[in-house]
Amino acid sequence: MMPDLGKYAVEVLSAYGVTIGLLIVIVALSMVRDRRVKRDLEDAEARHRRG
Amino acid sequence: MSFWEFANPRKFMALSAATSPWLFAAALVCLVVGLVWGFFFTPDDFRQGSTVKIIYVHVPSAMMAINAWAMMLVASLIWLIRRHHVSALAAKAAAPVGIVFTLIALFTGAIWGQPMWGTWWAWDPRLTSFLILFLFYLGYMALWSAIEDPDTAADLTSVLCLVGSVFAILSRYAVNFWNQGLHQGATLSLDAEENIHDVFWYPLLVAIAGFILLFVALVFYRTRTEIRARRLHAIGLKERMA
Repeated sequence: MMPDLGKYAVEVLSAYGVTIGLLIVIVALSMVRDRRVKRDLEDAEARHRRG
Repeated sequence: MSFWEFANPRKFMALSAATSPWLFAAALVCLVVGLVWGFFFTPDDFRQGSTVKIIYVHVPSAMMAINAWAMMLVASLIWLIRRHHVSALAAKAAAPVGIVFTLIALFTGAIWGQPMWGTWWAWDPRLTSFLILFLFYLGYMALWSAIEDPDTAADLTSVLCLVGSVFAILSRYAVNFWNQGLHQGATLSLDAEENIHDVFWYPLLVAIAGFILLFVALVFYRTRTEIRARRLHAIGLKERMA
């Protein structure tokens, strides 16, 4: 199944590895920040409503 | 329905909530199909060998690094002219995604350049303008973080975005402006004669579609976060003043 990448295997695999890794990092960081901000906003709005 | 209705944060939140999951799903499908097709089912190039497979990650990321800045430019202009908060927040949301695409393009370019050109890096017009674009992304994000008042931050970052656009344009057209350096001309052209062979072209198109969809999905998602963060900031200010 794995294609024969010949003498450039390290270059090709590292290009794909870094790309996929960085894409996963930006998606994960976006989700983590969104959850944190959402939670903080809910707390702040609850405080605000209570006065 | 007017485009400007989405400048209303409530309308934007409703639209993005409905579309984001579909955009992420479509991006995932296109990325998996494009990258698997390109990596497993395309032949080696007669001159570049298997390194031609790097095209499926390098070209889409480089394209999106420039297009992300172009989107930030349009959003910044909308902020400066019409003062719509959502547009300023969309520009802010796009910057970290753009810098990731720029990093991918720089890294995969260096990895591809080493076996083909015999060097990881050259002060070639396109490579250099891309590095400066990366530095502009860093500066843009740092400026947003450094200023507490969101409207002042939006004003100053919008001006920085206008200045940085020169390097985004140079990154795209440097090989045409200066006919020198190592980097080749455009990979994609409207002239079919100039394009790469169909066997590489179709998976590349699918991969590009995946990168575009992922960018749009992430910008929608992150803009929602920025709208919430702005509301949180406003509540915090009210609490401090009370």
